[in-house]
Order: sequence, then structure tokens, then C-alpha cells
Amino acid sequence: MENQKAFYEQIKAIYRLLMVLFSLFVLAGGALVYYANNPSAFNFSGNSDTVAAVPEEVDEDLIVDGIHVRTGLKDDEGLMVVVNNCTNCHSAKIITQNRMNEERWNTTIKWMQETQNLWDLGKNQEIIVNYLVKNYPPVAKGRRMALSGIEWYELEN
Amino acid sequence: MKRRDFVKKTTLSSFAALIGAEIVFGSKMYEGYKPLALQDPDPFKMFNKNKEMIVLNDRPWNIESLAHLLDDKITPNSSMFVRNNGLVPEDIDAKTWTLTIDGESAKQKKTYTLEELKSKFEHHTYQLTIECGGNGRAEFDPPAKGNQWKVGAVHCASWTGVRLKDVLEDTGIKNDAVYIGFHAIDQHLSKDPNKEAISRGCPMAKALQEETLLAFKMNGNDIPLIHGYPLRLVAGGWPASVSGKWVNRISIRNKVHDGAKMNGTAYRVPCEPVAPGEKVKDEDMCIIESMPVKSLITYPKSGAMIKKGQKLNIRGHAWAGELEVAKVDYSIDFGATWKSCNLESPANRLAWQHFSATVDFPQKGYYEVWAKATDSQGKAQPMVLPGWNPKGYLNNACHRIAIKVN
Repeated sequence: MENQKAFYEQIKAIYRLLMVLFSLFVLAGGALVYYANNPSAFNFSGNSDTVAAVPEEVDEDLIVDGIHVRTGLKDDEGLMVVVNNCTNCHSAKIITQNRMNEERWNTTIKWMQETQNLWDLGKNQEIIVNYLVKNYPPVAKGRRMALSGIEWYELEN
Repeated sequence: MKRRDFVKKTTLSSFAALIGAEIVFGSKMYEGYKPLALQDPDPFKMFNKNKEMIVLNDRPWNIESLAHLLDDKITPNSSMFVRNNGLVPEDIDAKTWTLTIDGESAKQKKTYTLEELKSKFEHHTYQLTIECGGNGRAEFDPPAKGNQWKVGAVHCASWTGVRLKDVLEDTGIKNDAVYIGFHAIDQHLSKDPNKEAISRGCPMAKALQEETLLAFKMNGNDIPLIHGYPLRLVAGGWPASVSGKWVNRISIRNKVHDGAKMNGTAYRVPCEPVAPGEKVKDEDMCIIESMPVKSLITYPKSGAMIKKGQKLNIRGHAWAGELEVAKVDYSIDFGATWKSCNLESPANRLAWQHFSATVDFPQKGYYEVWAKATDSQGKAQPMVLPGWNPKGYLNNACHRIAIKVN
């Protein structure tokens, strides 16, 4: 009987110890997550600046100043059709770099279908090409453009 | 709850905690995939590149250098342009890397480990000019399709390796050999395992040149991953796409190699000149071989303002594909008059040559300094755009910088 009681007390002691350890673990874990979210939370020096929290870019559809942030494409009719069909294999940067007319965009799409595993775009092809021609039209450059975007600086000898 | 699901969910929630937002569709995320917000997005750090360089494309990675960053005689990795057709390979183990020589015109199929290549064949080091066939594409009118390279898709690093010639001869070349084609491990953009991102090559005559290397070192160190670690084919003076990265197989062909990017408009130009914008049939396109004569003013950076009476020292590099550069001239009056630059001999065949000059300006005002190189056969760079072609290759028009004298 005495033995049983002592055993019972031991179990309780271990149980209490485990509970304390577990609570500490939960508290420490919580503090870590809190710290990860607010790195300055434990900065008690008192001179903490107020910093506007800039959320990481997670909104896939976010448009700022007429530009689709995730891809850099211009916001216009057909944008999401372009995003969904044209940025699976390659970056949108190859789209925004190029300037073609309707015929050449269509030729490019045909080339991608024949050699690069692009699927049949169906009715979307017209939407895509219209979007591209309207937003990324060719600019005449002639045989040689004037130098532009020069950043002037003093050159010392 | 299965253990794996529990792990996935807790990992997801810790990702969410780090990002500070719920991950929508998180349950559909692939195992081992890190959300974009947690990936290292900085290509300059990833590839040790100068932060002034221009990222033209991030899938696949294409990064351009600038004229003033190419001032070194031997280009350091930090200023070397990056061109990829496919995805950069990961988890490369040089210890298990092999190179196989095969093809219709190989006397046998033979596989070498990297160690065997290094120990069996003599090592050679050359400075080799490698320029992207599409360098200067951005200037063509009507615009040409592809990455819009301006002037920075060229470099001349020091490459160490074994001669491709020695390895091919060790395997045995049949008499009917015409071309070699390389194969590499970079994945096609579509991730289709049956497709190669790029598999180009060159005629036997180029493959057997002394300077055509299977390189394992660049500027004295292991080749950086982005430039082809652990083994790269290097064919100086030809479009950079011949210098295949991450090469693990070379086929000796009894016909012109027909791998990815050997056909259609890729690295090919109209055999006969065409008007700007003209359509060209596939069969009327010819493969680019040696690159044309060209030069780059690498000092000073465009936009320098100097005082009246102050002399301006200029310098840069000139190259001419398979040929040597015979002279470089400069003009400060849009080609009305030309003066000659000092020109150094190349360190070895196919290395770019360094030029320099001291320029006087007659009065205050806006100037452009234009440089014009002439090759050993008398061909010079044009001041305007050369012949238009559908993909905008071979723009070797003169480079110029803007100068103000105050």
C-alpha cells in the first residue's frame, strides 16, 4: 500500500514536471513565432521606430499603377488569359521585352506549339494576340537611334 | 491525421507565420517547394554578378553586362553575361560526371570520367572571346524576336581544359565526319524530359581547332555553375551558343547536327540579304559560323563630362570572330574624320584585343566617341545597323559613348 502511494506520488511529480516543461515549450514556441512576425518585439531599449509593416507580395492579382505586380505585364483586357497561358514555361519578361505585330505574334505562338509544348489556345489566342499587339506594339527605330538615358557625371583626370 | 500531413500542415503554418499571411491553396503546394517569398530572389548573389548588370529574363536566366563593366582585359565572372535556353541544373556531382563521345561518325562509343579527361589529356589555357549571336538585337527595326540584348553579351575569360580534338581522336573519327553536336543536362523550359533545351555544334574543322576546348576551369578556378560547371565546350569567335554548358555527351555526326536550336530561325540568318521585315523560308536560312568584327569602348563610361582643354583617355576591346583585328579607329565627328587607336596583339588566337587612344576636343559641347574596328580581311564595322534578319543576329554596328566638354 505504502509502495503504491509512493509510486502514485512519483507519477504525479513526473506529470507536473512534464506539464511545466510542455508549458515552457509552448511559451517558447509562441514567443519564437511572435518574434518571427515582429522582430523588434523584444527590443526593450525604448527607442524603437515605428515601421510600417510591408506585407510580402502574396496577392497574385495585385495591380499597381496599371502593372500586374507578379508578372510586370500591363493591366488590360486579356491580362489574366496571357498570365495563365503564357507564363507557365517562361517568364513574362520575355513577353514584355518583345514588340511584334499580329502576324508575328501568331507565328511565334505557332512555333511554341510546334516545338515548345504550348497547348492549343482556342478562342484565347485572339484575346492574347489582341492584348499583346495593343500593349506591346513595335516602335520604329530606323537604322540607328540617338543615344538616350545618358547619366552624366564629372570625370576627373 | 497522417504524420506526413501533420508535418506538411505544421510546415505550412510556420511558412505562413514567416510570411505573415495565410498561404491560400497551400495544401496544393508541392512537397519540398518553397513559396516564392522565401526563395532567394537575388540573381546577383546567386551568380556572383555585379549589381549593375541587367536581368533580361528570369526564367530562363538571361543577364546582360554593360560596356563599362567589361573594362578588364580578362573578364571576371562578376561581369560576364548569362545566357540560358533552359533551366540551370542543380545538384551536380563532378566526381560522378562523365562525358560520352558517340555518333554515326565515331569509331566507337566511349565514356570518360571528368578525372580521366583531366589526367589523360594535356591541359591548355586560352583567352577566348565568346559573344552571344543576338548581342545588339535590341537595335533592329522591325524589332527582332528574343531577349533584347544591347551591347553587353560578350566576354573574354581565360579557359583551361583539354582539346576537344584530342578527345575526339582518342575515341576515333570516321572519314565521313561532318559536324559535332553537344548534349547537356540543362532541362527544357517545359520540363519535358524528351526535349533538350539546346543542342548545337560546329563543323569538324572548328571542332578540331587547337583552341576549341572541353574546359573545366575559368579564370583559374572551377567554372561557376551558371557558366557550365563542371564541363563546358568552348569555341571562341563563334556564337556563344556553340560553347555548350554542362556538356555530358558529344556526337560526331555524318551530317550537319540537327539538335535543338540548329534549325528554323535559331542562330541562322538569311543566306542572301533581305529587306527589313521580309519573310524568309527555313531553307533560305544559313547557320551562323564566325562572328563579325566588332569593338566596345569600355572606358570611360558613357556620360562623362570633362573640362575644356582636358584630354580624354579612351580604351576598350576589339574582336573579329575567327580573324584578327587589324586596326581600330575612333571618331568624334560622327564618322566625318577618323583617327587611329593603339591596338595590342591578341594574347592568343580568338582572344579580344585591347585598344586605347587619347582624344582631344576642339571646343565645348556634346560629342560622341565612336569606335570602329577593321578585321584582317579589310572588313570594318558599319556605323548603321547591318543587314536585318528575322532573329536580329550579328549586329556589329559601331559602339559609341556620349561626352560633354564644359
